[in-house]
Amino acid sequence: MKFFFHVGRYFTLLARAFSRPEKHRIYFRKLFVEVEQLGLDSVGIVAIISVFMGGIITLQVAYNMSSPLFPSYLIGLGNRDTLILEFSSTIMGLIMAGKIGSNITSEIGSMRVTEQIDSLEIMGINSASYLILPKTLAVVFIFPFLFVLSVFFGLIGGLIVGPAVGAVTAPDYINGIQYLFNPYYVTFSMIKTLFFGFLVATIPAYFGYFVEGGAFEVGTASTKAVVNTNILILVFDLILTQLLF
Amino acid sequence: MITIQHINKSFDGKQVLKDISTMFTPGKTNLIIGRSGSGKTVLLKSIVGLHEIDEGAIFYDDRDFTKMNHKLRKKLRQEMGMVFQGGALFDSFSVEENVRFPLDMFTNKTAKEKQERVDFCLDRVNIKNAHHLFPAEISGGMQKRVAIARAIVMNPSYLFCDEPNSGLDPETSLVIDELIHELTVDFKMTTIINTHDMNSVMEIGDNILFISEGEKSWEGTKHDILHADNKKLQEFVFANKTYRQRRDEKIEKNN
Repeated sequence: MKFFFHVGRYFTLLARAFSRPEKHRIYFRKLFVEVEQLGLDSVGIVAIISVFMGGIITLQVAYNMSSPLFPSYLIGLGNRDTLILEFSSTIMGLIMAGKIGSNITSEIGSMRVTEQIDSLEIMGINSASYLILPKTLAVVFIFPFLFVLSVFFGLIGGLIVGPAVGAVTAPDYINGIQYLFNPYYVTFSMIKTLFFGFLVATIPAYFGYFVEGGAFEVGTASTKAVVNTNILILVFDLILTQLLF
Repeated sequence: MITIQHINKSFDGKQVLKDISTMFTPGKTNLIIGRSGSGKTVLLKSIVGLHEIDEGAIFYDDRDFTKMNHKLRKKLRQEMGMVFQGGALFDSFSVEENVRFPLDMFTNKTAKEKQERVDFCLDRVNIKNAHHLFPAEISGGMQKRVAIARAIVMNPSYLFCDEPNSGLDPETSLVIDELIHELTVDFKMTTIINTHDMNSVMEIGDNILFISEGEKSWEGTKHDILHADNKKLQEFVFANKTYRQRRDEKIEKNN
């Protein structure tokens, strides 16, 4: 019963959040602020994680394909497809659920417990729309860019680590990342990132918006938000993979 | 004028407000007093619509708030200002941006007009040289004054204050009380203040509603309190020894 209560309340909140804004100009300005705070500020961590991810995938592929029957350029191909299909979309989504999701829950949750949300409502402002809509649009907008960046840095990571440990030569690796490229893989992952972006923004926003109590409850809500977002990302990954392939 | 009729409100089966009816008059400071947990905040939040009441009616002048749809309520709320217990200023906005926010959202004034209005309101609450500071950088008393400035920036007809003196020293509390009273008289607002500060009751209590265990227990003015024949009210208001002595002296003098 509790599950259905939360699902119902989540969709009711979304309906309020996606209603017509009071003043488009202010929401538009807020959108840019959110793109900077939630998106651009995540570029650094995405780059660092992706470089390591690409390097580790390259090593794993190399160790598991040490047979002379496999040409070494397949290491580059393996890294590229793994990054595009799963790591740069799903794993990055899970990491961003931790970074961006907890940020959203704690910000909105703190506003709730300090009555700032009530204050917006008293002014006649749709607090759900004002707080959630710009964040959701910003995250959905920025996620595909983060995905592309993640693939790029992951490939760079492989290019650094592969030749450095002697697993593959740089020309073979570069040849491999261009070999048998299927553009649909990118389309598929782009679609996934849009879904993940939506989940990463709206689920933590839900947990933050309905928090009750004080600082402790905001912390608990942040944890719940990240856990639930992660589970839903994996569920949607499964569903979308089944639907889109 | 705000009229409430037979308000009932319960949470999870527990009745918090029981059949409360009263009238809050404009140009006067209307106080809701009562012990902690008596239902004051729930009553105030029910009046402004932050809590939906189970039964009863709330009238803003002749407009039935309980029967209004979401759109009409939003419109009416632009006539309301509210000062929350903790100030509820937006952390990420400066003092000036906090006060300007309702103007940005709901008016088409020019930047110059908005600035003039913001300066006027901040000046009215005696905030100087703090326009560009953030809420975390100013004192609790200043935060309350900024919250009052933000509440009056749209020139509201109704002002609500939820424990405006909580956490403030007696001197600053007096300043806040006098400020709210002055603004109420100057702008002819219907002001409802939720408080358990006895200094406020004695200083600015034009109309006082005493709530006990979710019920209206007594209603009157600060002058009536001395002679009120209500045990719960007497225990609550004159819990302090100094107030008790002062009351007894006054009664003796009158006799």
